Amino acid sequence: MHHLIIGAGPAGVRAAEALRAYDPQAKITLIDGEGEAPYSRMAIPYFLSGKIGEQGTWLHRPLEFYAENGIDLVRGRAAKVDAGTKTVTLEDGQSLSYDKLLLASGARAVNPPVEGLEGDLVHHCWTIDDARAIEKLAGKGARVTLMGAGFIGSIILEALVMRGADLTVVEIEDRMVPRMLDETAGNMLKAWCEKKGVKVLTSTRIGGVYEGGGELNIALSNGETLKADLLVVAAGVTPNIECMDGTGVEKRTGVVVNARMETSLPDVWAAGDCAEGCDFSTGDLSTLAIQPVAVEQAVIAAKNMAGIEAEYHCALPMNVLETLGLVTTSFGKHDGLEEGARATLLDADEWRYIRLEFNDGKLIGAQTVGHVSMAGCLRGLIQGRMPLGPWEDVLKTQPHRVAEAYVDLSRGVS
Amino acid sequence: MDKALVIDVGKCTGCRQCELACSYEHTGTFNPARSRITVFDFHEKARFVPYTCTQCDQAWCQQVCPVGAISNENGVKVVDAATCVGCKVCTIACPFGTVNYEPASGKVIKCDLCGGDPACARACPTEAIVFADVAVQGFEKMRAWAEKTDTAPQASA
Ligand SMILES: Cc1cc2nc3c(=O)[nH]c(=O)nc-3n(C[C@H](O)[C@H](O)[C@H](O)COP(=O)(O)OP(=O)(O)OC[C@H]3O[C@@H](n4cnc5c(N)ncnc54)[C@H](O)[C@@H]3O)c2cc1C
Ligand code: SF4
Ligand code: SF4
Repeated sequence: MHHLIIGAGPAGVRAAEALRAYDPQAKITLIDGEGEAPYSRMAIPYFLSGKIGEQGTWLHRPLEFYAENGIDLVRGRAAKVDAGTKTVTLEDGQSLSYDKLLLASGARAVNPPVEGLEGDLVHHCWTIDDARAIEKLAGKGARVTLMGAGFIGSIILEALVMRGADLTVVEIEDRMVPRMLDETAGNMLKAWCEKKGVKVLTSTRIGGVYEGGGELNIALSNGETLKADLLVVAAGVTPNIECMDGTGVEKRTGVVVNARMETSLPDVWAAGDCAEGCDFSTGDLSTLAIQPVAVEQAVIAAKNMAGIEAEYHCALPMNVLETLGLVTTSFGKHDGLEEGARATLLDADEWRYIRLEFNDGKLIGAQTVGHVSMAGCLRGLIQGRMPLGPWEDVLKTQPHRVAEAYVDLSRGVS
Repeated sequence: MDKALVIDVGKCTGCRQCELACSYEHTGTFNPARSRITVFDFHEKARFVPYTCTQCDQAWCQQVCPVGAISNENGVKVVDAATCVGCKVCTIACPFGTVNYEPASGKVIKCDLCGGDPACARACPTEAIVFADVAVQGFEKMRAWAEKTDTAPQASA
């Protein structure tokens, strides 16, 4: 049995480990498309802020881990998959055959349709290579503009500030992290950043970028022009699924998978940012592009590849973000349902906020600002679809008591 | 894992010796806020519930960690503070809320069973917390309660 995995990010690596555990005799090959040691994108902000070196971003140290566990690391990029002959051709022409294939090729950062995003002073912050470029350009006092205050943008923000950059953030929506935080929370975060000396321009669009005399002129929709030494673009990602072209695999934004992470092709699975599977909050298909979903899907895929039946319970949107000391979280249907109910508790002076969304006697979504304790309970309550019983009324007036509710409901054993 | 913390909610009197012992064991100070075990007080029900990680099999915290800071030593999931970058993704991935960010250190903390001799169990005067064979009656029941909220595939709705 030969398990072949395309992509050595968190999904590919966790799948390889799980396959080794569940199918001890099988041959496992992991294609590392970036020519690096397999690493986590999530660790990039900590590399940029100087907390860790490059090796600190690796999923396993030392690299001998792979050989010791019988995982063949092959450097190269998969150019084409042929599901009929069960072969994968790499860009260098090398051909690898498989019995079972896992697509774990992740996503890549994309540009919005804005003129001038091609130059040397414009970078994404998605790969370790991007991070190396940013490291060179974003030194102390460098004028840096960040396009996009979404989740990824807001994570990089902190690293850029810690590097000593003079930072301006430009976000098209009316608040920070609009897909994860409501107006209250998103604007609290904005006010917090401003308090820490970061300029945050919301409801502002970058119209065009022009390089001249070694610096950038960034034209804004408000008529102003920003001068910058570096523009970091964090404005969205798209799945890497080109190598599946011509296979006839079912796809939407990503490659469509069922609860067993099977694609529409025999013996081909997909997991992580490249896959589009069911979304817990909407019941529809979606690509969430978050680490917990990537690794959990990978383990489910690996189990099924090893012949152990397992189904994923659908991907729950969830994020935690720390921005210059302020922690925000978001879970599930954080903006609620029209037919549902809501509880909010705001303490603006203390930078604390919590909002819970209910439906049908259960918690369906949550967001918090300034709360760090027992955050995981929110996942437990939502994804466990726990009937809240008497706690529903309590939480509606005292939403900060969620951890207590969770412990009582799961362990109180009345 | 042969032995585990078995918690008998009915025996807990809420004295919080476990919290103090845990904090002292891990930080050298008596500070319940830094304890890995928390005693919940449900006064309406006159019941106290000591609560901590059950070293679950799914190990959500371990598999999600981007930098491999959480190891699995014989079933015990242990955070290596030197490797942890404080990203907190484990704190939202664990559906039990039992790995927590500690602003003071910038790292996460969770129960590590004190390397095999848990201070909380030693400190508990009523045997509400005992470190016992997992075969002992009670542990599976306790884990089952915790996993009422299990988000694992088997529990999919
Ligand atoms: C700066 C940053 C911060 C982040 N922070 C968080 C966070 O705090 N929380 C969170 O949940 N998520 C975060 N994310 C998102 C998270 O990193 C991704 O969801 C996660 O990396 C997905 O893992 P994956 O293995 O599916 O994809 P990837 O990590 O993208 O790995 C896929 C790998 O496959 C390779 N590949 C692609 N095509 C091919 C090919 N044809 N042949 C061979 N190899 C190929 C890629 O080069 C890559 O190495 C962050 C991302 C970034 C960039
Ligand atoms: S912290 Fe949570 S996920 Fe990690 S072992 Fe304990 S219960 Fe499991
Ligand atoms: S907070 Fe630390 S232990 Fe938890 S996932 Fe992040 S790096 Fe790993």
